[in-house]
Amino acid sequence: MKRTLSALVALAALCGPALATAQEPDSGSTAWMLTSTALVLMMTLPGLALFYGGLVRSRNVLSVLMQCFALCCVISLIWVAVGYSLAFGDGNGLIGGLSKAWMGGVEIDSLSGSIPETVFAAFQLTFAIITPALIVGGFAERTRFAAMLWFSILWLLIVYLPVAHWVWAADGWLFERGFRDFAGGAVVHVNAGVAALVAALVIGNRTGFPATPMPPHNLTMTVIGASLLWVGWFGFNAGSALAANGAAGMAMLVTHVGAAAGATAWMTLEWLKFGKPSVLGIVTGMVAGLGTITPASGFVGPMGGLAIGLVAGVVCFFATQFVKRKLKIDDSLDVFPVHGVGGFTGLLLTAVFSSPALDGLGLPEGVGIGGQLVTQLIGAVATLVWCGVGTFVILKVVNLVLPLRVTVEQENEGLDLVLHEERGYSL
Amino acid sequence: MKLITAVVKPFRLDDVRNALGEVGVQGMTVTEVKGFGRQRGHTELYRGAEYVVDFLPKVKVEVAVSDELVERAIEAISGAAKTGKVGDGKIFVIDLEQVYRIRTGETGDQAI
Repeated sequence: MKRTLSALVALAALCGPALATAQEPDSGSTAWMLTSTALVLMMTLPGLALFYGGLVRSRNVLSVLMQCFALCCVISLIWVAVGYSLAFGDGNGLIGGLSKAWMGGVEIDSLSGSIPETVFAAFQLTFAIITPALIVGGFAERTRFAAMLWFSILWLLIVYLPVAHWVWAADGWLFERGFRDFAGGAVVHVNAGVAALVAALVIGNRTGFPATPMPPHNLTMTVIGASLLWVGWFGFNAGSALAANGAAGMAMLVTHVGAAAGATAWMTLEWLKFGKPSVLGIVTGMVAGLGTITPASGFVGPMGGLAIGLVAGVVCFFATQFVKRKLKIDDSLDVFPVHGVGGFTGLLLTAVFSSPALDGLGLPEGVGIGGQLVTQLIGAVATLVWCGVGTFVILKVVNLVLPLRVTVEQENEGLDLVLHEERGYSL
Repeated sequence: MKLITAVVKPFRLDDVRNALGEVGVQGMTVTEVKGFGRQRGHTELYRGAEYVVDFLPKVKVEVAVSDELVERAIEAISGAAKTGKVGDGKIFVIDLEQVYRIRTGETGDQAI
């Protein structure tokens, strides 16, 4: 019961910025949310940047680091201009209004739930940063920097902000329907995964794929990045409780268990199928477990986290083989099979493992697993369709103004030298 | 004078260097190289994608020696580089027409 209560409190807090009151912020919760904000920013810089940087070939390492870094900067500017307002300002069921544009009304004493609204806005900003940064993996090693920037800006405005509003704002249509996405299974992971897949299809495979080997150039870097992601994810999921309370504690525990289970499942499968457990395999399974537990992390218990993590490792493992080897789509760093498929699976499993009968923290009043499953499916499919169509149209429009990809000669030379006039390594 | 070029397993390099030092070789040039022989390459697997690596890392050692030192130098290299497994490497010996020491202008055996 206590679990259910704290989950409900967390859910209420998720409604976005509550009415400003004369109340003081809760210092414990504020401290935790300040910490969480830093943790989630660390997921992108340097976590994801290193994770991705190690996976590309050495001539493109800087291009990936640059894309992650530049997105952090540009998205932040858009966020304070209109992003926060469009996602969390008062609006309609589809999009927020412009009442908080340029951070209007977000004062030093504005509250969002029990924390300062400044902290809430900064915390949510870090999610808006990492989502476009995740997409980079889909079109790595061949996309022009300028096209990437324009695409990401438009994608944030047209895809990310509306979906974040649907799911997390108090007046969002999915939120009102009872759709459960605790920390971004739909908003971050399905969104990024689908966008990466569509971008890979529109921009096209890397020259030589799949005949030419394109192995990671520095797996040590990748493991460091992955480890930072794991730690940062505590802020991502437990921070999404928006308070320092039992819900946050439970979210942190299930997140950790999900990561460990996903990694173990992937390692075991690889060991059985290919004869050797690989470093890249175990860290990929960890990311799959984390992406999949994300939507569920405020609604399930530790055993639910364990089950979800194991399922994530297996499903994402086969999805990766399928997309790359069977469909031969060059989603270069496997964003769709890991984040898209993982996030989608997690959204559905959230309905199942919310059930108290399965160690969950409870379903909404009067709703069974089947009913919640339908709601989850609606939310996941709506995100998938909006993101798929939106990404396609944005890329086509950007392509009218400037080419999306570099020439074959430039691709062979490497983006670091061609686009940035630098080399990652002078050895 | 002869120029001995040996391609050996990288982890045998220190032993080769010491063995050559013991028979009186005073200098050498070492290069990290890649290649294949009967050992052939190996495969690598990344997220289920298999890559065949054809060229394996080796170390190339070059030493110039006087005629009387050739046999002992070859024995030293083969003794130190041998593990008995495929991939131990090769030793090539070719005639060396002339050697100059840049600093002093010495030539021939004096310059080695």
